[in-house]
Amino acid sequence: MPEMTDTQLTRDIARSHGLTPEEYEHIKKILGRDPTVPEIGMFGVMWSEHCSYKCSRPVLKLLPREGAKVLVKAGEENAGVIDIGDGLAIAFKIESHNHPSAVEPFQGAATGVGGILRDIFTMGARPVLLMNSLRFGNLESPVARRLLRGVVAGIAHYGNCIGVPTVGGEVYFDESYEGNPLVNAMCLGILRSKELVKGIAKGTGNPVFYVGSATGRDGLGGASFASREITEASNQDRPSVQVGDPFLEKLLLEACLEMIPTGAMVGLQDMGAAGFTCSTCETAARGLAGMTVDVARVPRRETGMTPYEVLLSESQERMLLIAEKGKEDVIEKVFSKWDLHAEKVGEVTEGNLLKVYDGEKLVAEIPAKALADESPVYVCAEKEPAYLKEVQSFDPLSLPEPKDCGEVLKRLLDHPSIASKEWVYRQYDHMVRTDTVFLPGHDAALIRIKGSKKGVAVSTDCNSVYCYLDPYEGGKIAVAEAARNVVATGGVPVGLTNCLNFGNPMDPEIFWQFRRCVEGMRDACLAMNVPVTGGNVSFYNESPQGAIYPTPTIGMVGVLDDVDLRVPSFFQKEGDVIFLVGETGNDLGGTHYLAVCHGVKKGIPPRLDLEKEKKLYDLILKAGRDRLLVSCHDLSEGGLAVALAECGFSREKLLAAHCPELEKVKPDAVRTDAFLFGETQTRMVVTVEKESAEAFRKLAGENGVLCAEIGAVGAGKLKLGKWIEASMKELHAEWREALPKRVGVI
Amino acid sequence: MKCSVVVFPGSNCDSDCFHSIRDVMSQPVEYVWHKETTLPPCDLVILPGGFSYGDYLRTGGIARFSPVMREVARHAKTGRAVIGICNGFQILLESGLLPGAMLRNRSLSFRCEYVSLRVENSGTMFTKNFKKGEVVKIPIAHGEGNYFCDEKTLAGLLAGNQVVFRYVTPNGAALDSANPNGSADNIAGIINGKGNVLGMMPHPERAAETILGSQDGKKIWESLLECLK
Amino acid sequence: MHEAKVVVTLKKSVSDPQGKAILNALHSLTFNEVQEVRTGKYFEIRLAGEDKDLLEGKVRQMCDQLLANPVIEEYSCSIEAKG
Repeated sequence: MPEMTDTQLTRDIARSHGLTPEEYEHIKKILGRDPTVPEIGMFGVMWSEHCSYKCSRPVLKLLPREGAKVLVKAGEENAGVIDIGDGLAIAFKIESHNHPSAVEPFQGAATGVGGILRDIFTMGARPVLLMNSLRFGNLESPVARRLLRGVVAGIAHYGNCIGVPTVGGEVYFDESYEGNPLVNAMCLGILRSKELVKGIAKGTGNPVFYVGSATGRDGLGGASFASREITEASNQDRPSVQVGDPFLEKLLLEACLEMIPTGAMVGLQDMGAAGFTCSTCETAARGLAGMTVDVARVPRRETGMTPYEVLLSESQERMLLIAEKGKEDVIEKVFSKWDLHAEKVGEVTEGNLLKVYDGEKLVAEIPAKALADESPVYVCAEKEPAYLKEVQSFDPLSLPEPKDCGEVLKRLLDHPSIASKEWVYRQYDHMVRTDTVFLPGHDAALIRIKGSKKGVAVSTDCNSVYCYLDPYEGGKIAVAEAARNVVATGGVPVGLTNCLNFGNPMDPEIFWQFRRCVEGMRDACLAMNVPVTGGNVSFYNESPQGAIYPTPTIGMVGVLDDVDLRVPSFFQKEGDVIFLVGETGNDLGGTHYLAVCHGVKKGIPPRLDLEKEKKLYDLILKAGRDRLLVSCHDLSEGGLAVALAECGFSREKLLAAHCPELEKVKPDAVRTDAFLFGETQTRMVVTVEKESAEAFRKLAGENGVLCAEIGAVGAGKLKLGKWIEASMKELHAEWREALPKRVGVI
Repeated sequence: MKCSVVVFPGSNCDSDCFHSIRDVMSQPVEYVWHKETTLPPCDLVILPGGFSYGDYLRTGGIARFSPVMREVARHAKTGRAVIGICNGFQILLESGLLPGAMLRNRSLSFRCEYVSLRVENSGTMFTKNFKKGEVVKIPIAHGEGNYFCDEKTLAGLLAGNQVVFRYVTPNGAALDSANPNGSADNIAGIINGKGNVLGMMPHPERAAETILGSQDGKKIWESLLECLK
Repeated sequence: MHEAKVVVTLKKSVSDPQGKAILNALHSLTFNEVQEVRTGKYFEIRLAGEDKDLLEGKVRQMCDQLLANPVIEEYSCSIEAKG
């Protein structure tokens, strides 16, 4: 039995690790005694919301996880895996690094990228693309500008160095994120289905290796600070900011992937949050095995570290590798080729106990499953937020219509959330690996898979204003819009990962937002038959001004069986016919137009009819397969006018929508501003060749989707009825210069 | 055309170059680990892009001490072809196979985008399939591509017709506004006096297939193929 | 034991965009007395051995071969005995 400390003292320590008195009693029951200090640390971190989802789990269960092609389901491993045929599979996940990025934007974002990459290559997949969903405060504030610059540079630093292209994502600016930016990083990897690697420890006597970077005191914050005296940690200035080393991770990535064909590897697990503790107990729990490890053998880069610190360190670029007994030399050979540590730190044992030694001394002895899977589950109180009635009762139709629609269009294009993100993605290597078929700026990112005809389309999306005004509808739209973006490029949605960013879940109103968003997501997933394969939950996103808008970021993944059938988002040539697909209503609530031109973020956001949405997907995918579509672009923030302008902003050549008789298409009941800038869902702008126009119209009719011919692709000036006539060159400059003019030319 | 792609720890365009030679050009190619002390018999050595040794100390500053670099120098000395792309160019400069050095981009930011290049010397084994003065589109992706050399060296490069590519506007003017990194005299690529060692910041392997948006880079492989057949 | 301290900077003839950016930032913080900023790299090298002159010679070799790039950089170094 490990040596004990004073009982009252351990209770206090437990509290400082965020464990409640009830949880402490529960731990005592599991162990049959009082826990030691390292054990408290281990329980504290494994039972934290971050690792255990003890508050969110009951709600997350609402999301559909099943699917015929799902090889690894949500929650089973580091990332979900989906079979895409031809013996290939994709592993993908999105994860937040919000709080570290708020404190130190460069390293916070960089290590966020590093962490999500490890989640993918632990599955045996080669990471082939990165995406990011980023949210900052208003760029008028110097803090937001500093955070943007730091986060973008951090992502660039890590992704560029390791050689995984950052191919897309989204960047939004809103006061709600002032002081609490969101940095959600997504990675997708490709593997041979039969080479799937699991985070599992099994086979009594199999050696457990620690590979990668040495352990330091990084990431030991909060809880451990409070218990500094007790752990006798000497060093006063412990860094709590983790520093990433993408070079080392590149070596680790290559070494781990090189292990797969050797057959010497049983399991592999990233050391992320709670590093050594989490990886040992989770792999043992999955393998229904025990494990004995010796922290004294863990490579360190600082002296005087206690077992507690080694167990809880969050140093980056480390993995736990479980090997076949007798094949130790294979491990050592591969890792020494890449100049990496591979230290045997223990072995798999019979039974179910995780035993941690410090040399001869036993410092912790816990059933692995108790740590990994048996945290208590809480049902959080919830209450419909008081603000909802007030914001929803606002009627946007009470506002006057704008006098100059051209001016409105310019203001929208100049808004940083809508404007070109070239300033951002130019800093990312988005072409390395030579698979990037769509350069950033399209509705979804698209890569090819070498040696196969297939392509993979990915989109990240969330309109958090909608989620604030109506969490259920917002959650539903987040899923639907991400899917629509993927569909627009020709991809069939196959699965999604989510990053659920919310405020403090102990606030009943926040928890209500959380549940309603998830319910909306569930209904959209069910309607589209798209499973959720994993992700993460980030609570406590608050600043002194209050909680952020509820932001359930969706990372939607689609597959094209033939990448040659892809559809770009930009107009391709003059003379093509432009169709508006879908119906337009008076949807002004929660729109970008309302916020930018009227300074109002109120009203009822657009409603989404899942059945109509599904019909639209079927039409677009069919038309794509029949090669009817020349271009296809989803309508979102800024509505029809912004979408038509954007369609013309291709890199090669500016083209312009010529819709001189657009008035004729506007339903009488719809206001002009709602028609041009409203955000009615389930709409697209597509172009087809003149000869195909009739075929497209017919196909739309057969699929029960409303479509209207609104004009033709031309050059020079954008013409939208009598309302807007503007030089594309000027609009393009407005859109392209919006970010550099606010944050500096690079 | 037998090719070798050298892999340093931190190289990340090695597999792109490999793919470009094997699958696009249908030529034999193999990887050579940087610790090797011999090169396989080959006509062309490619030093690929990436972040060898994490770009620590200086870009390419540590990679030049890899055992294989002695062999690369010997290969070059015998007049056989070597191309260094991006980080490979930086390694060629650090190892003295080409003159000059790289500084950080004047914007201090990494830049990844298609740029227009003017072919200044179409008489080399790397560029014979281009026309002199032709403007081509090939992407760059680097944080340190700001080529620097002293005036004497620059004069020597110009006199020897060793500047092979310059950054230009889409219609071919070598203006400062077309210079993405602050490089001396808008230099994007140079060749040694003997004409068998080329260093360039843009990535030809990223512009060798229509699906990627440009085939201009492929002409470098095609030129080499004709000369080295 | 000895400890060498090496400072590597860009030659005066080489432009230093990082230094310029810092200069501008200092000016925007109203440190108007700042005339120029040059950036560089700093190394602390612990060395076994007692012969200071010999070690200093070695450190210079290190600078010439690896720590500095003579095309763009220059260096200075100092060395002292350490316990």
